[in-house]
Amino acid sequence: MAIETKNLQVKYGDKLILKNVNFKVDRGEIVTIIGPNGSGKSTLIKALSRFIKAYSGKIYLNGRDIYTIPTKEIAREMAILPQVKHVSADITVENLVSYGRYPHLKFGKRLDKNHKEIITWAIEKTGLSKLKNRYIGTLSGGERQRAWIAMALAQKPNILILDEPTTYLDISYQLEVLELVKELNESLKITVIMVLHDLNQAARYSDKIYVLKSGESCQYGRPDRILEKKLLKDVFRIDAHIYEDKVNNCPYFIPHKII
Amino acid sequence: MRKATLLIIFVLLAVISFFISVGVGAVKIGPVDIARSILYEKDTVNYQIIWNVRLPRTIVAALVGICLALSGAILQGIMRNPLAGPNIIGVSSGGGFFAYIILIIFPQYYYLVPIGAFLGALFATLFIYSLAWKQGALPTRLVLAGVAVSSLFSAGTNTLMAFFPDRVQGVLGFMVGGLSAITWQDFRMILPYAILGIILILFLPNKLNILMLGDEVATGLGIKVEKTRFIFIIISSLLAGAAVSVVGLLGFVGLIVPHIVRLFIGSDYRYLFPGAIFFGASLVMICDTLARTLFAPAEIPVGIIMSALGAPFFLYLLRKKEAM
Repeated sequence: MAIETKNLQVKYGDKLILKNVNFKVDRGEIVTIIGPNGSGKSTLIKALSRFIKAYSGKIYLNGRDIYTIPTKEIAREMAILPQVKHVSADITVENLVSYGRYPHLKFGKRLDKNHKEIITWAIEKTGLSKLKNRYIGTLSGGERQRAWIAMALAQKPNILILDEPTTYLDISYQLEVLELVKELNESLKITVIMVLHDLNQAARYSDKIYVLKSGESCQYGRPDRILEKKLLKDVFRIDAHIYEDKVNNCPYFIPHKII
Repeated sequence: MRKATLLIIFVLLAVISFFISVGVGAVKIGPVDIARSILYEKDTVNYQIIWNVRLPRTIVAALVGICLALSGAILQGIMRNPLAGPNIIGVSSGGGFFAYIILIIFPQYYYLVPIGAFLGALFATLFIYSLAWKQGALPTRLVLAGVAVSSLFSAGTNTLMAFFPDRVQGVLGFMVGGLSAITWQDFRMILPYAILGIILILFLPNKLNILMLGDEVATGLGIKVEKTRFIFIIISSLLAGAAVSVVGLLGFVGLIVPHIVRLFIGSDYRYLFPGAIFFGASLVMICDTLARTLFAPAEIPVGIIMSALGAPFFLYLLRKKEAM
């Protein structure tokens, strides 16, 4: 078990956002969290990434209570790409990727040859070799997202958490990012947990889909079990037809109307 | 490599500024004579002028520049706000208010002004921080709390001035910031904080670089965001507070120097910190030299020179760089 939550509750101020979440991810899986706006997807991601504290319940990383593990040690095991991230336009790609080595650096130490090799590897793996000396400000949205993923890769994590990695990207860049994530999962056996808004993409790229509804887990399973008429109706309030994508071997749907 | 070259230029600029600042005045002394007096000639008139008058002032000017520039560079980073400067964490308003209380109400204790200003600066920072705290102190809340607390202290200062109009004259110098009558005593006051600042650049640029990526990314990379931010704010307040206590309200340096250096050298703090150190030192040394020589024998406060020269130069750079 890479990540597991037990009776997880999270509050924002007085408001209970996650009510009772039991979430399990096995090693090597791609798990996508879906749910309508306000269902608590991002909150769950933020709790898993220790950015907001649980109000009650437990979060386990490889079987250990996440709050008992030193934060730098977590960062060597698990990399996170949140929705909100900033970067100065005058930082180079290589520079940004090098920050991924921070959790492996001892206090006051500089990046040695070994670190630099990993940075180069992460840049190659994300197909950014030609762009490594470019300033972030000059990149397209898709290239920029790849640079962030390269930074996460430089952490050499076993788990990668992505909060809406395709938002604000054109469709070709969306696929590019998801293909990259899939490739990393297959070649490096990285466990991936992500939030996606596009349910068809979730169905295509995930091993399992976790459905949240008003802060509670509602369904969890393989895409063909999740993408069903009844669930789309209950959770997303849409009437849809389900088809099969024979090329990619996954279900997809076309929405007809709001219920 | 271009960044390393730029850094060397900043270092040379600081060396040149140093010799100009020590050499120019009623008696002009050449660089060779300056070096000679500092190193071995102890019984000349030049030695007296340099050691007793010019050198303490020049060195304190440099240290003030370093402290304010580093303070501003840190704050602009952790707040991710280009308008952040020592003013935003209440250093100027808090330090100023405490200094005024002493200067106006207890003028007999004028020698406590540096300590008072220093403590006031620190107190204001902690006050702002505690106001902004709500499960963490977000940059936007810090900036807003900073603006609010600053106006509160300014109101206090203005009230004092209104009640004691006859004593306002004496505090004007503190308000605009000046380096006249600086002695080795002031040097000893500011030195520990400047050293602290320089140690800081050796160890903390990576942390600040990562903090700039946003709280969530920084958490993901294993940084304790709140703790780190608090430490940076305190260091920043100490640096600016030390400078303010010695020269008065010169916060403008802290806003403008990191910006100028950033335009040349970029936002990577491994270069920005050393750049800010040397450029901050150069700028204050040069401006102070102008302040005491332009209308000699009369002297104008360095803060006025700084704003009169700095602001247009800064705007010029900003426009030029944007056009490129």
